[in-house]
Amino acid sequence: MLGANGAGKTTTLRAISGTVSRSGTIELDGKILKGGPEVAAKSGIAHVPEGRGTFVELTVLENLRLGAYTRRDRDVKADITRVGEYFPWMVERGGQRAGTLSGGEQQMLALGRALMSRPRLLLLDEPSLGLAPLIVREFFRIVRELNEKEGLTVLVVEQDARIALRASQRAYVLEVGRVALTGTSDELQGDESIRRSYLGY
Amino acid sequence: MLVAAAFDFSDFMQQVVSGLASGGIYALLALALVIIHRSTGVINFAQGEMATLSAYIAWTLIVNHGWSYWPAFVVTLALSFAGGIGIHRAVIRPVERGSVLRIVIVTIGLLVAINGFVIWKWGGEPQQLQGPFGTKTYDLGGVVVAAHDIGTIAVALGIVGLLWLFFRFTKVGLALRAAAVNPEEARLVGVRVTWMLALGWGLAATLGAVAGMLTAPTVGLDPQMMQAVLIYAFAAAVLGGIDSPIGAVVGGLLLGVLLNMLSYLSQYGAFDWFTEELRLPAALLIILAVLLVRPTGIFGRPEVKRV
Ligand SMILES: Nc1ncnc2c1ncn2[C@@H]1O[C@H](COP(=O)(O)OP(=O)(O)OP(=O)(O)O)[C@@H](O)[C@H]1O
Ligand SMILES: [Mg+2]
Repeated sequence: MLGANGAGKTTTLRAISGTVSRSGTIELDGKILKGGPEVAAKSGIAHVPEGRGTFVELTVLENLRLGAYTRRDRDVKADITRVGEYFPWMVERGGQRAGTLSGGEQQMLALGRALMSRPRLLLLDEPSLGLAPLIVREFFRIVRELNEKEGLTVLVVEQDARIALRASQRAYVLEVGRVALTGTSDELQGDESIRRSYLGY
Repeated sequence: MLVAAAFDFSDFMQQVVSGLASGGIYALLALALVIIHRSTGVINFAQGEMATLSAYIAWTLIVNHGWSYWPAFVVTLALSFAGGIGIHRAVIRPVERGSVLRIVIVTIGLLVAINGFVIWKWGGEPQQLQGPFGTKTYDLGGVVVAAHDIGTIAVALGIVGLLWLFFRFTKVGLALRAAAVNPEEARLVGVRVTWMLALGWGLAATLGAVAGMLTAPTVGLDPQMMQAVLIYAFAAAVLGGIDSPIGAVVGGLLLGVLLNMLSYLSQYGAFDWFTEELRLPAALLIILAVLLVRPTGIFGRPEVKRV
């Protein structure tokens, strides 16, 4: 999901995860979502908010354990191992307080925590914000791998249209709260005039 | 000379042990204050009266209904837990969204209301609540310790240990901590934050109940019983760091021993002006000194925020 500042991207994600009041309906797998973020989390939506959503006072491992909060099964250990395959440092430095991690590490931790809930839909709000290009690329590589290997649906809001279009299959461009344009990412990337007028590169 | 020194030592140790016992009670109540401060963001001024009410409930079960101590203990804790949750839902939650001052005023109102209720229901005159440990004393190598003191220390530390295990290793304990430090984020991972805050009040009320039941046998059960203890608990919590559970425990034990040491030394000429009446002012002085010199207390740390 792309769009200028103030287009309503964050608000759209917040509506999906139930953190703003909304009208109309939002469906996930044909089921209408009702209620606040606790309910959304339970139905399999993991929302990584703008500006890295980690519990800075808690340790890395505690952050991961919290990610699995909505799950009833006891397989949390196995999932920590699974997240550890993507991010080995999270297991090695599990006792470190999240607040003392670097910005990039916190963003990765927010992703790792979201994965712990075994989401059906992952919402990422400007994950590249304030991160070095190399880290951003690594982040999107992992998100893509999750999408391709594990079939995880990801809705990502990005300012950096180029990297977002390269990582995604479909794109939506928002303008003052409405979808102004949608299509496959390849179409949007390929169209010179769209690129110039909407995406700014 | 040698004999005198040995006598001093055992006397000294006795003071330490009884200091740890009262300190254990301060620690429990301080811990209750810390739990609520972390989750609701206020000092619960009604914490002492809630504990007094719990002690009266235990007294009713034991004296009026003839229960033996430990069943009454457990049932009182359970009732207090439910009562704490009830208080949160009935009077705290409606004002939670407003300013902190509103919640503080509500807790002060609660203090007055519970105190009035206790006097109305049980009268103002002191009652006798027997402790479970009897009045025996033990001689441990010259150090005479009261069974009640040892029992108090054991119960306090046992409860603290259980609570630590709960916060550290259980899912609900972790969720409670998460809800306290970052409610928005906690909701996103599916934690029902208002229930967690209610649970925090329940736990605090339970800790207070233990403190009240341990206090009553030594000072006598009366409606004002916990008011001084609450001040000591404030001091303990501030000393340890108002947001630090470990700090509350260490602060409580430290304060108990420290105050006893002052009384002890006054017998030997040092600080001979220090009498029992000065214990409370001393605690207030500690609060003031800590707030001026090191506002985060011993274990508190300044907030870490990445921007
Ligand atoms: N559908 C809507 N109805 C009413 N107001 C909206 C709607 N969508 C967004 N807004 C308002 O528009 C403003 C900007 O919204 P939002 O934060 O979602 O933008 P954004 O696209 O995430 O911007 P940025 O790129 O700066 O993060 C907010 O004040 C929000 O309340
Ligand atoms: Mg935004």
